[in-house]
Amino acid sequence: MPQIDHPERELLCGGPESYTGLPTMYCPGCHYGTVARVICEAIDELGIKKQAIGVAGVGCHGFMIGTIATDFVFALHGRGPGVATGIKRSQGGKPIVFTIQGDGDLAAIGMGDIINAIGRGEKLTTIFCNNAGYGTTGGQMAPTTLLEQVTTTTPTGRDPQVAGYPIHVAEMLAMLRGTAYSARGALTSRKNYNQTKKFLNLAFQKQMDGIGYGFVEILSACPSTLHMPPNKALKWVEEYMIAEYPLGEFKNVKEIL
Amino acid sequence: MGKKLLITGNEAVGYGAIYAGCRNYFGYPITPQNEVVEFFARELPKIGGNFVQTESELTSINMLYGAVATGVRAMTSSSSTGFSLMQECIAHMAYCSLPAVIVDVQRGGPGAGSTQTAQMDYAQVTKGGGNGDYYPLVLAPFSVQEIFELIQRAFYLADKYHHPVIVLSDAILGQMMENLELYSINFGPLPAKDWAATGQGERKYRNTVPNIWTFFNNYRDIIVNLGKKYQEITDNEVRFKTYEIEDAEMVIVAYGSSARISLETLRRLRPEGYKVGLIRPITLWPFPTKIIRETSHRVRNFLVVEDSLGQLVEDVEFAVEGRAGVHLLGSLARHLPTSSGMIFPKTVSEEVKNILCHK
Ligand SMILES: Cc1ncc(C[n+]2csc(CCOP(=O)(O)OP(=O)(O)O)c2C)c(N)n1
Ligand code: SF4
Ligand SMILES: [Mg+2]
Repeated sequence: MPQIDHPERELLCGGPESYTGLPTMYCPGCHYGTVARVICEAIDELGIKKQAIGVAGVGCHGFMIGTIATDFVFALHGRGPGVATGIKRSQGGKPIVFTIQGDGDLAAIGMGDIINAIGRGEKLTTIFCNNAGYGTTGGQMAPTTLLEQVTTTTPTGRDPQVAGYPIHVAEMLAMLRGTAYSARGALTSRKNYNQTKKFLNLAFQKQMDGIGYGFVEILSACPSTLHMPPNKALKWVEEYMIAEYPLGEFKNVKEIL
Repeated sequence: MGKKLLITGNEAVGYGAIYAGCRNYFGYPITPQNEVVEFFARELPKIGGNFVQTESELTSINMLYGAVATGVRAMTSSSSTGFSLMQECIAHMAYCSLPAVIVDVQRGGPGAGSTQTAQMDYAQVTKGGGNGDYYPLVLAPFSVQEIFELIQRAFYLADKYHHPVIVLSDAILGQMMENLELYSINFGPLPAKDWAATGQGERKYRNTVPNIWTFFNNYRDIIVNLGKKYQEITDNEVRFKTYEIEDAEMVIVAYGSSARISLETLRRLRPEGYKVGLIRPITLWPFPTKIIRETSHRVRNFLVVEDSLGQLVEDVEFAVEGRAGVHLLGSLARHLPTSSGMIFPKTVSEEVKNILCHK
C-alpha cells in the first residue's frame, strides 16, 4: 500500500504505507478505522515502520494488529505497558514500541500497569482509545463513561453515587514525572484529525529522542455502545465528550529533570 | 572442572540462568524467593543484562511475555501466591507458542498462607492453574546442583518446544546451602526463532505474536498443534530417578525437598534390612506414569511423601490403578503444628516400618 499497477492511471488517493490493506472489522461509524489510519500516517511521516513494534490490547482497539503493518504483539487485557517494557528493554532500547489500549484496557484493568510503566521511566508511546465504554463486550460502563450516560451496566445513566466519576487519563498521567508528553485529540473534523496526528508525531518523537513516555488519548465514537447511528454518534462526541474531556496538550517537555 | 561455590538454591537459580545465556529477568519480591530477585539485580547489570523490579507478578510475567516475543531468553520467579497471579499469562504464552522459564519457590497456602516451606503448588503448577488446554513442562530439582542444571535444561526445553517451562522449587531447597559446581551444559541445536517480533527491519514479512492468520482464522490449528506438542513432550521428555527399587517391597514416591528427605530415609532403613525403594519424578509434567505403573506390578505398597494434603498422590494413584496400596504422608506429619514444621526422615522411617509390618 499504496500502489497502482495500471500504466495509464495515476494514484490520487490511497491508504498509508503502513496500512496492511486488510479490511477493518469495525461497526459502521466506528472511529477505530480512522484511529488506525492516523497512527499509520504518523508512523509513515516519521519513517519508523520497520523499527516499530505495536502492542495490541484487548478490546476492539486490539484489532488494529490487523490494520497497522508493523510487527505486533497481542497483550492480555490491560497488560500492554508491561509487555512493551519487556520488548523495549530486551532489545536494548532499539525498537520503537507503542501500545494501543482502550478505556477498559488501560483505565480499568490496566491502570496500575500504565502508571508504573511511566513511573519506571520507560521510553514508550501509548495510544489511548477513549470511547466512553466497553465496545467489545457489548457496551458496558468504562471508567471514562460520562455522568448520566446510559450503558448496559448503567441502564438509568451513570450515577456518581453508585458508579463514580469519569477519569481524565491524559491530565492525570501528565502529572507523573516520567511523562514527557501527554495530549488528547479527537477525529470529529479534519482540523481535529490533523491535530491528533501532530500529537502522535510528538508522542513518538519523545520516545525516539529517549526523553520519556509519550501518551495520546483519542476520543472515539462507538455507535454500538451509544445505540446511535454513525452521524449522531459523531455529534455526541463533539457535543458531550469534548465538553468533558478538553482537547489539547497537557505536557510537553524537552527533558525530564 | 568448573568453579565451585557454596551457595543457596535460590542463587543457583540465578547461576543456572546466566550459564544458559539468559540476560533478562523481571521479578517482584516475595518470601522465600527474594534471593533470586536480588541475585539478578546484582549480577545482570555487570554483564549487560536487563533486570526490572516490577510492581506486581502480573507485570513480571507480562514483561517476560514481551521479552520472549522478541526471541531472547528471559525468566521470572515467584512463590506460590505470586505464581497464581501469573497463570493467565502462562496460559497465554502456551497459546502463543512462546519459550519462557518461570521458577516457583513454594511456600504454604492456600491464599496468603505462610512464608514457610510447603509443596502445595503441585496441582496449580502441573495441571495449569490458568485457563484452557495447556500443560507447562514442570521440572522438580532436589539439590542446589540440580537446580542449577535443571534451570539450564528448562531454557533448552522452552526453546525446543516453544512452550513455557516451570521449575518447581520450595523454601527448603531455595534457602539451603550446598556445594555447586558451575559449568554450562550443551543440549544441542535448537529451532530458529524466525517468528520473533523485533521490528520488521530487513525481513520480508512482518511478524506478529501470536501469528495473525491463526489468530483471526484458524483456532483449530492452534489446538491441533498444542495436542501434538503435548504428545511429543510426553513421549520424549519424561525424567525420573529410581533408588533401590529392584528388590523393594514398598516404594516411596516424592519430589523436591521431600525426595531429599525420603532418600535420607532409605539410607537409614536399608542397613536395617527394610526393602524400601524410591521413585523420584524429575519432570512432574510429563509425569513418569509408566515407571510407577510397571513397579506397581511388583510391590505391595507405595508411600507418597509430599508436604501438602495430597496432590502428587492423585497422579500416583492414577498410575497404580489399584494394584497396590497408595499411602500418603503429608503436611499433617510435620514435626510442629506451626507453619515452620517439616516432615523429618524419622517420621518417614516410622511410616515405612508401619506399612511394611502391617499392610
Ligand atoms: C482478564 C479479562 N477480563 C475480561 C475480558 C473481557 N473483555 C474483553 S474486551 C473488554 C472490554 C474492553 O473495553 P475497552 O478496552 O474499552 O475496548 P473497546 O472495545 O471499547 O475498544 C473486556 C472486559 C478479557 N478479555 N480478559
Ligand atoms: S463495538 Fe464500538 S468500538 Fe467496537 S467496533 Fe463497534 S463501534 Fe467500534
Ligand atoms: Mg472502550
